Amino acid sequence: MEKNDAKKKLKLKVSAIKDGTVIDHIPAKSLFEVIAILGLDKIKNQITFGTNLESGKLGAKAIIKVSDKFFENDEINKIALIAPHAKLNIIRDYEVAEKKIVEIPEKITGIVKCFNPKCITNHEKITTSFKVINTSPVALKCKYCEKITAENQIKML
Amino acid sequence: MKKDLISITDFSKEEYLRIMELAADFEANPNQELLKGKVVASLFFEPSTRTRLSFETAINRLGGRIVGFADPDSSSATKGETLHDTIRMVSNYADLIVMRHPLEGAARYAAEVSSVPIINAGDGANQHPTQTLLDMYSILKTQGTLDNINLFMVGDLKFGRTVHSLLQAMSEFENPIFNFIAPESLQMPRAYKHHLEERGIRYFEHEEFTDIISEADIIYMTRVQKERFSDPMEYEKVKDVYILNKAMLENTKPNVRVLHPLPRVNEIATDVDSSEKAYYFDQALNGMFTREAIISHVMNLK
Repeated sequence: MEKNDAKKKLKLKVSAIKDGTVIDHIPAKSLFEVIAILGLDKIKNQITFGTNLESGKLGAKAIIKVSDKFFENDEINKIALIAPHAKLNIIRDYEVAEKKIVEIPEKITGIVKCFNPKCITNHEKITTSFKVINTSPVALKCKYCEKITAENQIKML
Repeated sequence: MKKDLISITDFSKEEYLRIMELAADFEANPNQELLKGKVVASLFFEPSTRTRLSFETAINRLGGRIVGFADPDSSSATKGETLHDTIRMVSNYADLIVMRHPLEGAARYAAEVSSVPIINAGDGANQHPTQTLLDMYSILKTQGTLDNINLFMVGDLKFGRTVHSLLQAMSEFENPIFNFIAPESLQMPRAYKHHLEERGIRYFEHEEFTDIISEADIIYMTRVQKERFSDPMEYEKVKDVYILNKAMLENTKPNVRVLHPLPRVNEIATDVDSSEKAYYFDQALNGMFTREAIISHVMNLK
């Protein structure tokens, strides 16, 4: 019961949307990075967000609600790398029409930069490609130079 | 589908054994005109005289013709041509490309771009699979088997690509034991020890280079390179600790052989050269037979 009450209060803190996407369970520290990666600072849609909300799992979480926006899979992949526990609720006419768990794919193509300065992908126009060899913490093995980019070394392209 | 050799892990255990079989065949009969009428491009975007001569001799002994360049100053790369464009062009001309490049991953990328097979002759600090196959051929020749080998690796185990690839390849065989002798700052990286643990393969780490080598079947020496150390004091401390001399070989097993990818500086004292346990110069010769074998394998010549 207590948990449900807490949930209701949380919902009140960030207003509901009619159509669009709610991205929940973003680590609070990654909120502005998520906004930048998804280009939410460059679109005209109505956006509300809350941050430093309580969350048992994450410590402090953030939530983003974007009206009239439905993300493509490769956009969602980008979120997965810095907010691996993020959950998406697709809202249609105030109702949750679909839930999506953001999962790190087995392969990551063209989103992340290889951390190795001597990797060929940092010298020629090549689409990067990584095999995800660990998800928590994230570890990505470059298809080309075979070096492993660790979670704290991940930079988006 | 074309066959490339980019990383040692591209090949299966069966393919390793096939290469070994072919290498023995070429050792018995090095001149076989299997590449007659074929053109091989030898592209060295970074100079490497030893590797290049070994490959080019192998190609000559197979009756093939060679085009290419020996150093980047005489290549179109100096005019700013991309690797992509160079490989696209050359793969129109040649039947096979052998390439060495200073950037890591260059060979994998070239294999994607090229319509003909690519053999990686070294891509930066990443891979040098033909070295690994010649190391394996040397182990097989001197020990009669690739199973049950107690392999000691000495020196720079952190940055040395040859020891990493050899570890991966040898872990495919029965019951190997690895002994790593390195200063704390140059120990075998975690990922490779994990690779062994996953397969239940025994390994031991030592900082001191002592009479524990009496257990060895193979002593694989590497160079401790000054430029790897951020602290020059640390280099001074370890540079002379990992030197193998003839006296140290006295109580070792009769079958033990000393390998080294060459060039050596001072890590193997010259008095070892006259020992029957020294094998590094023969190892280099094995490289030519192994490269004939690799070329034949990727081009399905035999």
